Amino acid sequence: MDIDLILRVYPFFLEAALVTIQLSVLTTILGLICGALGAAARLSRSAVLRAIGATYVSLFRGTPALIQLFILYFGGPQIGIQLDAFEAGVIGLGVNIGAYMTETMRGAILSVDKGQTEAARTLGLSRWETMRKVVLPQAMRLMIRPLGVNINALIKGTALVAAISVVELTYTAQRYIGSTYKPFEMFLLSGALYMLIIYITGRAIAWLDRRARIT
Amino acid sequence: MGLDFTVVPDYFGVLMLGGAWTIAITIGAGLLSFFIGILFAVIALYGHWSVRLPVRLFAWLFMGTPLLLQLFLIYFGLIQIGIDLPAFVAGVIGLGLHFAVYNSELIQASILAVDKGQYEGARTLGLSRGQTLRRVVIPQAVRAVVPPMGNNMIALLKDSALVSVIGVMEITLAAQQAISRTYRPFEFYLAAAACYYVVNLALEAGLRRLERRIAASR
Repeated sequence: MDIDLILRVYPFFLEAALVTIQLSVLTTILGLICGALGAAARLSRSAVLRAIGATYVSLFRGTPALIQLFILYFGGPQIGIQLDAFEAGVIGLGVNIGAYMTETMRGAILSVDKGQTEAARTLGLSRWETMRKVVLPQAMRLMIRPLGVNINALIKGTALVAAISVVELTYTAQRYIGSTYKPFEMFLLSGALYMLIIYITGRAIAWLDRRARIT
Repeated sequence: MGLDFTVVPDYFGVLMLGGAWTIAITIGAGLLSFFIGILFAVIALYGHWSVRLPVRLFAWLFMGTPLLLQLFLIYFGLIQIGIDLPAFVAGVIGLGLHFAVYNSELIQASILAVDKGQYEGARTLGLSRGQTLRRVVIPQAVRAVVPPMGNNMIALLKDSALVSVIGVMEITLAAQQAISRTYRPFEFYLAAAACYYVVNLALEAGLRRLERRIAASR
């Protein structure tokens, strides 16, 4: 193992890790928005909205995220969507993970006991009030952990944007493997940073989950 | 530049050939991940610490890092130690090992969930430890693990797109080849997405049948 080399190149990997973190945070935010909209559509009373939600989930979960990213980044200009690689990465990955989050959120909402809804409706709350004041607060607690699983996958998934040349961790590792011929060292260096990011995120989610259970 | 899908049929054969490679790599990596997954699970649960520790470390590394990074490690790492594998083989190994780790986690959980009485019964009947695992515990565990492992296989199919990056001529790279001649990325990546979607539907239907058959044989 070439420790000298690792010590020489690690600042570039730290910089790249910051890009990976930015990507992860923005993708999570967009994913949560898409997931909430998707779940609302899938649980809506309107058949049209339900169909739209189901199609969104089916198409985006049924095809590779890499292809979705390529359609947006390389194909976008043909239909008038000009994005730089970072923007395309955030939007492509965010809309993709949103499809998975849709199912997570929908599952959590459906697993709130039906008696809760019935009781709230009987007490005279409207459908919307029942959802907002009774069902959602309970569903939120149930969805923290499974959303954490989605976020864990998303962080590793940000590596895909290396394929459209966003200079994040995996792209940086690839570039240094090419120039130094030390694949093992570069893997360990970037791998350690990924695992650190994932570890901290996991702890944060476990903390949120614990807090949600106390109240 | 507007959209023009009329060029897509000209490359129908190229895309189909890519589709065949995608299916081949999914089956190859799927089988590899199944058998290595069982091996890893047995080692993690019953192995001597000198083999258990490396397997644990490997699983920990592979669950915490992106697949794309692992593919680079395997493809370029093997070249560095003098093993120049064809990209297809490197892709099968990379995808297979990646999903073996996830399969192993599922199999471990289901081995632990097999009733202890089964194990004790088999031992009492005179089967050795190895025989008990091989003939009694693992068959039951594998049955319970089919539905979640099916989800892993669906993920594998979609993640097989990543091996285009190390140069395996599957759907994604086939589409790229067509694009490099026609400059029509939107049309061909959309066609590639459609190919994946169809294969995905077929795989899902197949898995559902398999699940029903296993449920019926119980």
